[in-house]
Amino acid sequence: MNKPIRLLSIACLLMFAALLVNANVLQVVQADDLNAREGNRRVIDEEFSRERGAILVDGTPVAESVPTDDRWSFQRQYPEAGLYAPVTGYFSYIYGQSALERSQNSILSGSDNRLFVNRVVDLLGNQEPQGGSVELTLDPVAQRAAAEGLRDLGEGTRGAVAAINPQTGEILAMVSQPTYDPNALASHDLSATRDAWDQLTADPNQPMLNRSTQLTLPPGSTFKLVTAAAALENLNLTPDSEVKGGAELTFPGKQYTLPNQGGSDCGGDPISLRQALEVSCNVSFGDLANQVGEDALVEQAELFGFGADPLQGLAYERSRVVGAQSEGLEDTQLAQTGIGQYEVAATPLQMAMVAAAIANDGVVMNPYIVDTLRAPNLEVLEQTEPSEFGEAMSPEHAAMLRDMMVSVVDSGTGGPAAIPGVQVGGKTGTAESAADRPPYAWFVSFAPANDPQVAVAVLVEAVTGDTSDIGGGRLGGPIARSVMEAVLR
Amino acid sequence: MSTPTWVPRRRRGAELALTVMAVAIGVFGYIAVGLGVSGTIPSDTYALIGGLVLAAIGAHLAVRRFAPYADPILLPLVLCLNGLGLVMIHRLDLGRQAIDPERGAFAGSQVVWTFVGIVAFAAVLVIVRDHRRLQALTYTFGLAAIVLLILPLLPGIGHEQNGARIWIRLGPFSFQPGEAAKICLAIFFAGYLVVKRDVLALAGKRILGIDLPRGRDLGPILLGWLISVGILVFQRDLGSSLLFFGLFVVVLFVATERPGWLVVGSLLFAFGAWLGYTAFGHVRVRFEAWLDPFADPDRNMQIVSALFGLAHGGLIGRGWGQGSPELTPFSFSDFILASLGEELGLTGLMAILLIYGLIVERGLRIALTCRDGFGKLLAIGLTMSFAIQVFIVAGGVTRLIPLTGLTAPFLAQGGSSIVMNWAIIALLLRISDQTRRPAPPTSSVGSDEQTQVVKL
Repeated sequence: MNKPIRLLSIACLLMFAALLVNANVLQVVQADDLNAREGNRRVIDEEFSRERGAILVDGTPVAESVPTDDRWSFQRQYPEAGLYAPVTGYFSYIYGQSALERSQNSILSGSDNRLFVNRVVDLLGNQEPQGGSVELTLDPVAQRAAAEGLRDLGEGTRGAVAAINPQTGEILAMVSQPTYDPNALASHDLSATRDAWDQLTADPNQPMLNRSTQLTLPPGSTFKLVTAAAALENLNLTPDSEVKGGAELTFPGKQYTLPNQGGSDCGGDPISLRQALEVSCNVSFGDLANQVGEDALVEQAELFGFGADPLQGLAYERSRVVGAQSEGLEDTQLAQTGIGQYEVAATPLQMAMVAAAIANDGVVMNPYIVDTLRAPNLEVLEQTEPSEFGEAMSPEHAAMLRDMMVSVVDSGTGGPAAIPGVQVGGKTGTAESAADRPPYAWFVSFAPANDPQVAVAVLVEAVTGDTSDIGGGRLGGPIARSVMEAVLR
Repeated sequence: MSTPTWVPRRRRGAELALTVMAVAIGVFGYIAVGLGVSGTIPSDTYALIGGLVLAAIGAHLAVRRFAPYADPILLPLVLCLNGLGLVMIHRLDLGRQAIDPERGAFAGSQVVWTFVGIVAFAAVLVIVRDHRRLQALTYTFGLAAIVLLILPLLPGIGHEQNGARIWIRLGPFSFQPGEAAKICLAIFFAGYLVVKRDVLALAGKRILGIDLPRGRDLGPILLGWLISVGILVFQRDLGSSLLFFGLFVVVLFVATERPGWLVVGSLLFAFGAWLGYTAFGHVRVRFEAWLDPFADPDRNMQIVSALFGLAHGGLIGRGWGQGSPELTPFSFSDFILASLGEELGLTGLMAILLIYGLIVERGLRIALTCRDGFGKLLAIGLTMSFAIQVFIVAGGVTRLIPLTGLTAPFLAQGGSSIVMNWAIIALLLRISDQTRRPAPPTSSVGSDEQTQVVKL
């Protein structure tokens, strides 16, 4: 009977080999996946009990963990409450993490592979493991100026501001209004956390939406910058070239006409390209869009970043020129597209990138918000280097457009953004998304024109009252100006 | 009779040394739990050391006195597992009561059951002086197995818990008779098949390359097996059904030396599994939980929590008292391997699996070297049922195979399990002692030479 016993021995060997291999697969190979799964209370408890790294702006923590003596040893705190909430996100026991708390979690929690040596040292020294810190590119003065500017329009006004450094792509300000207090979601009082969450998610104003990156809206007349860039690049125009003016644009064989805002005639027909931009002439840019053609216009927008997601670490909604279902635009639709209506939709950050590229000799820089990742011992783990997204237009054409934008501020609709002694370029805009809703006011600008340090886009939703382009300049201009002043101070 | 070239050695000294190490592992585990949970060495550590040493030395002395030639490694291996199990149950008591002070503590009763187990271990060694005497009671054990399995179904003493009716309750004690039935069945199968193996293997028709035995030879054992498995299916104890089925097929295969039985067994198993899948909702739930536990994380919360725990433990584990194994329901019984894997890591889990593997290896070796057919069949039956049980429970909690409720021998909380497993080890040691014992001195009386000495 020994032969069958030997066979069974081999079977036992295989069974135990299978158990051992399976344990290895589970506890080593699949471990990271399992640890990263949602609802894994062990990992949440551990991360909650650990000294999580800080998120820093200009060396000051905007999210930090402080010791407590409750069930979890540390409490996540956001000293500025709502000011940086769109960027930091929240760190909640029940609802997980969002924004940078989520995307930088491996560094903040200390589980990143680059912190492996630190973890081993902590383990051997019987120290609690610590998380690394994340230093942001934001300028605290600019951030505060942007938030205050929006708040001055009224607490109920929805809006967003995005500011970037045109030469590097560093994000200098990122503000969304209304905002929320992440402290309420990070609370260790779980029922209070639930209440806060329910209230925030039920709010029709969507306070947890980062409007500067997650909301795409028709950019209105600010999109004329893209149309102008396409015209300069493709039609070999100069600022003094004559373009179509007049009170309205007609289309052969169609009833529809495209009028100017407020019934203006843009000062004649024809007019110079410079004048068309100064007065934000719908007729001129509707006509230019049709001269350039849909393909070239879309291509120009994509060179500025439309359709792409260049931002790392934050949720980003891609901007677009035409809808996904579109099968070619008619001339009327293309004319509306050329003035930032119809299906055009862009985030404030995207419009800031357009202004930044024009200021930066046509070169689009990838926007970034994480400047430096540091280990708990302050050793630099990663330093973000500026990188080019691409060249949207030639330096000569960029210089022409920059020059025209300066004219807009000096003698056109962008007057409210002017800063004494500094050459500021800008462009206003208003846009309607639906007939029964008040339009959006936009303003994009950069300064100084000869050595650009900052490009800003301001979006104000749901404006009532003055709905002209002048309204865009009146509402957005002062906010853009105070942000630019804060950076240039 | 020729002089044996292999000189039998007792190796009791080696056993003692290994026993001391096994006890030390348990004691240090207990201290580590104290340090991990409250930061201090528990004040009752000395009492624990004293108790454990006493029990271990008692077991060792029983072997030394009543089975001096027995395998020297089995006892230390089992003591090590038993100690680890006690420490983990104690640690889970602390963790579970930290969540809710109302929850019951199991470590105390498990310590008592361990002592009962060691007493049972010694009793088996003392009472069963020669395993071949058990053969005379083949049918008695067969009957006993059936009676034991029916008991939980009887009103009054039967007791349902967690959907399975496998407990009996007498006063304050509850007992799982299935564990004892396993030993009875192993004895019954071995005793029956060792007598009938020739007729089973040779007489009968040959169909499709398999020698089918005559009905009247196979009948009694088939009946006994059918009743046992039938009752278990009725009691919804799938793990035990599978285990008893495996035990039966394995012993039949070894007795007849016909691999065809493995084929027939596999086909029957596949059929039974399919039947269970279509007929029973809870089988389907288990199967789906195995395929994709995250399809319904709330329903499969137990296995999901075990997998999270194992992953969180990783390579070296969280350390005694530093993980959260108490989050998994039944972390102290069915899922104790997952709890150990979380706190001791892959390293600890592999060590435990290797200890199980070594126990199985010693059992197989005993079956191989045993000189009598009954002993061989009994040893292989007990060993294989042990191996299959470990495979089912360890594979279940690590998602190698679908989960079926079985306890991890010597680790999991549960009195009947620990007592009966100690009895199984005693039986294996008894057979081993018989096997390794030096051949009886050649008697001057010629006629005695052909007679094997049976100690009575």
